[in-house]
Amino acid sequence: MALVRAETKLSSWIGNDQKLPQGRLAATSYLIAACTLFLLIGFWKLQIIQSDHYGQLAERNRIRSIPIIAPRGQILDREKRVLVDNYPSFSVLLLREDPKLLAEGLPLVAEGLGISLEEIQQQMDASKNIPKFQPIPIKPEASQADIAFIESHRADLPLLELLMVHRRRYPRDGFLAHAIGYVGEVSEKQIEASGDKLRPGDFVGKSGLERQYNETLMGTDGMRRVVVNSVGKEVERLEHVEAQPGKKIQLTIDYDLQVVAEAAMAGQKGAVVALDPRTGEVLAMVSKPAPDPNAFAIRIPAQEWKQLNEDPDKPMLNRAIQAQLAPGSVFKIVMSTAMLESKAIPEDFSVYCPGYADFYGRVFKCWVFGKGGHGQVKLHDAIVHSCDVFFYNVGKRLGIDRISYYAYQLGLGRRTGIDLPGEMEGLVPSEEWKKRVFKQPWYPGETISVAVGQGATITTPLQLARTIGGIALGGVFKQPHLLMEAKAVKEETFAINEHTTEMVTQAMFGVVNEGGTAAGSRLEGIEFCGKTGTAQLISGEGLKKAGKQKQFSDNAWFVGYAPRRNPEIVVAVLVEHGLHGSSAAAPVARDIIKAYYDKKSARDKQQYTVDYKRYEVSDSPELAQGAPGPSPAEVTPKAAPPAPQRKGASAQR
Amino acid sequence: MREGTRLRDFDWALLLIVLAICSLGIVEIYSATQSAPPSSRLAGLHWKQLWWVLIGVACMLVLSRIDYHRVLDQSPLLYLVGLAGLVLVLLIGESKYGSKSWIAIGGRTLQVSEMVKLIIIVVLARFYSEVRTDRLSLLDMGKAGVLVGLPVGLILLQPDFGTAVMFLPIAAMGAFLSGIQWKHMVAFALIAALLLPVGWYFLKPYQKERINTFLRPEENLRGAGYQTQQAKIAVGSGGFWGKGIGKGTQNQGGFIPVRWSDFILAALAEETGFIGVLVTLLLYMFLLLRLVQNAQRANDRSGMYIVMGVAAVLGVHVFVNVGMMIGYVPVTGIPLPLMSYGGSSTLFVFMALGLVMNVRMKRFVN
Repeated sequence: MALVRAETKLSSWIGNDQKLPQGRLAATSYLIAACTLFLLIGFWKLQIIQSDHYGQLAERNRIRSIPIIAPRGQILDREKRVLVDNYPSFSVLLLREDPKLLAEGLPLVAEGLGISLEEIQQQMDASKNIPKFQPIPIKPEASQADIAFIESHRADLPLLELLMVHRRRYPRDGFLAHAIGYVGEVSEKQIEASGDKLRPGDFVGKSGLERQYNETLMGTDGMRRVVVNSVGKEVERLEHVEAQPGKKIQLTIDYDLQVVAEAAMAGQKGAVVALDPRTGEVLAMVSKPAPDPNAFAIRIPAQEWKQLNEDPDKPMLNRAIQAQLAPGSVFKIVMSTAMLESKAIPEDFSVYCPGYADFYGRVFKCWVFGKGGHGQVKLHDAIVHSCDVFFYNVGKRLGIDRISYYAYQLGLGRRTGIDLPGEMEGLVPSEEWKKRVFKQPWYPGETISVAVGQGATITTPLQLARTIGGIALGGVFKQPHLLMEAKAVKEETFAINEHTTEMVTQAMFGVVNEGGTAAGSRLEGIEFCGKTGTAQLISGEGLKKAGKQKQFSDNAWFVGYAPRRNPEIVVAVLVEHGLHGSSAAAPVARDIIKAYYDKKSARDKQQYTVDYKRYEVSDSPELAQGAPGPSPAEVTPKAAPPAPQRKGASAQR
Repeated sequence: MREGTRLRDFDWALLLIVLAICSLGIVEIYSATQSAPPSSRLAGLHWKQLWWVLIGVACMLVLSRIDYHRVLDQSPLLYLVGLAGLVLVLLIGESKYGSKSWIAIGGRTLQVSEMVKLIIIVVLARFYSEVRTDRLSLLDMGKAGVLVGLPVGLILLQPDFGTAVMFLPIAAMGAFLSGIQWKHMVAFALIAALLLPVGWYFLKPYQKERINTFLRPEENLRGAGYQTQQAKIAVGSGGFWGKGIGKGTQNQGGFIPVRWSDFILAALAEETGFIGVLVTLLLYMFLLLRLVQNAQRANDRSGMYIVMGVAAVLGVHVFVNVGMMIGYVPVTGIPLPLMSYGGSSTLFVFMALGLVMNVRMKRFVN
């Protein structure tokens, strides 16, 4: 019934067309089966044939290996006070697995991090030999803004990763800067030289002790392999190789003496080296002006770097081992030793000094020229009052070859072998040298200049410290070194007659204690000895012509030590353009030696630290862990021992 | 109960296949979203999908009880309601994924075009049955084109290119079964080929990008190419046996785009391997073949057109989506019927299957 009613309601369209296109329906079935088969073949290809390939891609998708940077070892002073430490920081890593993503994302990365595309490209070029799954550093020091940028773009710009690193914290304002050196990003050459050990972005020692003991300090980086999801979030840790921190090194530097030396040299240009000649241990080493190595502990802008290197004051030069300058009258100690040891001249050799002398038709002035002369002088007084005329005569009689032989044997004209890169060797001229280098014969007049430490003779402050210390020890020369546990410290002996040593050291005692050229630096109760030097850069006539321009004024030297025989400490001081060794250089040595003895006597009473108040050091002498050392700015120059022109010693030199 | 609509006539085998596919889907949705935090919109998605399936089954049962001839009778009205719905969506609809194709009903959103798809199946079934020929004329084809063209145009305005394209198989299947002539088929193919470059200018930039990506996948690994590449990595790395449910790194690490929806098969392929894909594709094949079989046994042409319309829509959905997983087809926003998470699409499939059941249960009448 219902059906009939329905049929009548249904319109004519329905008909009862029951003839179906069975052929075409069947065709559809085949089409369905064919499509299924086709797709299954596609899956077969991917999942069976290429499954290894895609398996690797999937692994790479999720596994990221990130280095764990080993902290560099600390650098300590001889009493294990921390001089150089690390602080944590972040470095920005670039993930390079996906070349297309990289090509599209790099401009954004460059903009977000504030670095140029070219710079990133350079970094990538430098790292092209590193497997792509290893991220490379593109910005060594991430700012807060950089970190925020990276975190907020993890999802849409999965190219960046942050890496915890350790940055070097150096003492401020160049304290001990040249000896310590600094670290920097490894260069391509260094990478090649290291085999596979170093990678781009690694920080290695570039100069000073950081470079010398890089292997000890550096340690071995660890590695972390983690599973990350599609937005770079770490979800699982697969492997964790801890970093092996670098080892500490302990220096022979005495922080207390270094503070005093830095303060004494503040605002000057020059260098100080304090040695224990018995062991070769370097107690203090200063070179001024000094750069602040913290400025280039991270990547330094090329412009600043250029400035530092082109600065006429040469702040990058470690003057203690690299300044090669005429030693001036300090060389007279070498001359005296040569005179006595060679026995070519009798020890009571006597010369009348009218203030000048005539050799080979030329007038050579004594430094007192115009104010009279030294009169009749023998060796002792010639050293004490630094008589040039006496040593002109000694030089003439010894001849250049004998002079250069002794100078060389006593340690000049060659490297001391200190454990610092870049030491210069200085020069002791000889006939043979002149022939070889200038293809010219030696003129006897040149010997006269060499005899007073002028002419072609050049030395470094370190050489002079070692030489004078060695002579005072009777001919034992220890290899200077900065590492406390230095192995195989070389010892050279050049036997010097006891009588010679006695005479020369007595004379150097006289320089300070018998109204000699350094009488103003006398220290009560201490056998403070030494020799001043004033080295001309150009001739007196030239100086007059140049007016009194500072860059041509004389360099001041002083090499002092104590006690008179078998010294414990020898200090070489160079003050460039300091005019007089007596006024500019000797007080620096005096301060350091005084501090040494103050400390020594108080240590016997077990209560000593350096009298910092005297140098207005606000910090406590004990360096807190990682705290930068006090700076010369704090060790204020105004409180530093003044270097007044001592009126009463105007004839001193 | 009406005569001839007995429970034994219900297609239990079809229902079984459908529920098996749905189960696979729910398991994989669970696996893909298990690591989502409770506050995330992905949390508990598998439960929601289970509800959609249950609601879908209910809808299917309801629809299977209504004589499809009655539905056909009302098709002009349904057609107008469908068009009105699409216009309404354009006026007050909500935007999701860049197209304005959703309408809010009782706190939920419904994709109107899915329902219109169902209406078009019915409308075209009626149209082709009325044509009553085994040699379809161009004029009739034109009429069918207009019938489909109106809703397609409205959907293109949303704009939802992927869904709009899915209307064409219904018309094409109808034309094929009502005897389209081979020469016309060839002509259409040629015209389509000629019109492709023209159509290019009407595409949105992102559509152009997708097509470019499809043609040169290696050049665009960040945008659309990234999705295909990650899906392929997931599929390929699954190997023969798969990495295990819940253990796919591409899936769990979130590398597969919309892994609970459009790309669910990539997730399944990674975790269950080729074996899982084989089972799934065979299930879909049986489902489609079963539909064709039902069509072959339909009581009349109108029933056949309905069943084959459903088969055409489902088939194209399945093959296009599956093809997407292995880079055979450009990325379009087309879900995998019955497996991908999604209320509207699940409901549509079950309602369409309700119509199929209806046709089947009517087959012995008269």
